[in-house]
Amino acid sequence: MTDQTASDSLTGVKRHWPRISPARLTGFVLLLALALAAAMGPDLVGQDPAKQSLLDARQLPSGAHLLGTDHLGRDMAARLLSGAQLSLSLAVFSVVTAAIPGTLLGVFAAWSGGWTDRLLTSFADAVLALPGLLLVLMLAAISPGSWWALYVGISLTLWVEYFRYTRQRSRVVLAEPAVEASRMLGFSPGLIIRRHLVPEIGPGLLTVAAFGAAAAVTAVAALGFISVGVRPPTAEWGVMMSELLPYWREAPFLILQPIACLVLTVLALHLSVGGLLKR
Amino acid sequence: MTTLKPFVAALAQRGLQAVVVALVVGLISFAMMSALPGDAAYKIAAGRYGYDMMDSAAAEAVRAELGLDRHWSAQLYSWLSALAHLDLGRSLVYGTPVIDEIRTQLGYTLLLAAGAVVASVLIAVPVGVAAGLRPDGIVDRVSLAISVFFRAIPAFALGVVLVLVFAVQLDLFPVAGFRGIEHLVLPSLTLGLGLAAVSNRVVRDSVQEAMRSEWRLFARTKGLSARLTVTRHVLRNASLPVVTYVGVQMAYLIEGVVIVESVFAWPGIGHALVHAIFGRDIAMVQGTALTLGLLYVALNLMIDLTCRGIDPRTRAA
Repeated sequence: MTDQTASDSLTGVKRHWPRISPARLTGFVLLLALALAAAMGPDLVGQDPAKQSLLDARQLPSGAHLLGTDHLGRDMAARLLSGAQLSLSLAVFSVVTAAIPGTLLGVFAAWSGGWTDRLLTSFADAVLALPGLLLVLMLAAISPGSWWALYVGISLTLWVEYFRYTRQRSRVVLAEPAVEASRMLGFSPGLIIRRHLVPEIGPGLLTVAAFGAAAAVTAVAALGFISVGVRPPTAEWGVMMSELLPYWREAPFLILQPIACLVLTVLALHLSVGGLLKR
Repeated sequence: MTTLKPFVAALAQRGLQAVVVALVVGLISFAMMSALPGDAAYKIAAGRYGYDMMDSAAAEAVRAELGLDRHWSAQLYSWLSALAHLDLGRSLVYGTPVIDEIRTQLGYTLLLAAGAVVASVLIAVPVGVAAGLRPDGIVDRVSLAISVFFRAIPAFALGVVLVLVFAVQLDLFPVAGFRGIEHLVLPSLTLGLGLAAVSNRVVRDSVQEAMRSEWRLFARTKGLSARLTVTRHVLRNASLPVVTYVGVQMAYLIEGVVIVESVFAWPGIGHALVHAIFGRDIAMVQGTALTLGLLYVALNLMIDLTCRGIDPRTRAA
């Protein structure tokens, strides 16, 4: 491994190919399974997540209801899958929305330097002058219960992380002698970015994305749980938790299901990029 | 005099952040007000005089008094200038001055935040030091696995699980509310575990780095015992990145306070904020969000100054 890195750095291009550890592999497999389940949605179990049947309330898992039924007799498996659909799609949309302006502005700030850099950095600092979740909470309160408010709020807080990471790494990379040589040889900015910058910051951006997605999933559930985000009867993990909390004594296995889904999703995202990151 | 300059710079930077916080909170609150369905004048009049005592004359009086018939830009200006004069107004639901409500809630929130930090330090420091002194040892490996797990559990889910286990099944601690110090245990533990999940790894890394340093080797060769190098040199040097990291965690702490207070019905500012959002009590939303934002800034300033206190090098700079 060390020989490989040494010879790579001679060419001026360092490649950090992710080594697949057992933990990361577990994360990938879990993530793939969750994504597939979310893509199929409630169709996977052939039940309607909104169909109530009070006579069948709070049933234990059976052939008809794989994970039992909730306090209104709705199929738990279908509701969890529907919740996965909502959380994961929101996470993917916000992460992609945040990544594009975040990375572009980060490279732009590092490339330009001077006032442009200072202005963009101050703007990013201003957005997160309030803790991120507080900002999302307040934006969600402008139009309660709407998917759009959550999407806009989460994207708005997530882009800052891409910007900071890209800017910081790009400044280091762009100051390298290899980049200076490329500039003097007259290579275009596009080529310099492609050959020097992308291989250097790509893997790190994946990490930022995974942790951003985990934060998004957590935020949606947290706001749902405190009745500020998505509203019932929508099947969302946080909403389900607050709905099922009163039935902990009769049916503790019900409230534990959305919790398990949430933890598994976040865990899968964290593990897939190597576990633990300083926040 | 030379030592005063960076101090002033830190103060100025955080002061600017505080202004930005006030501006963001003020703008969002104003947007929330404008987005309210129905006539704001009627809502405020109902909040003041009660739904039964209110008529259209009262609503018109409120409209004239607050200038709700003016152009939105004029309203925004007076909204922000009231905020600049620290006039937070009255709760639209309770009719009491927002500042009075916040005064009672702030104490509870500070108590919870302090409890969380104490809990996280009590967990993270012993675990992190033990892991850092023997990297790749059994403590290190086990604590890593547990950290990854606790890092993945959102605070509110952890809170619910802790309630189910300790309050309901084992009946050790009260579930919610606040009537005595035993009510502090579960909410603090919820937040403290979340904080410690990451900070124990930071402690471990910085202890490990300090153990491998040249100055530590020098201290050993000049004849200090291993124990003395750890207690006198390693821990102090290792504490700097940890304190800096606690600053990074302040965002988690403030976010966590909002959520965890709601889970445990803790009578603090975060709970009040969520309650106010639910009840569309915008004056309260603005006041509580502003207080939380300023608390965040103040905590960060405290961290800045603490780093200066621990490390003489940052003072000279």
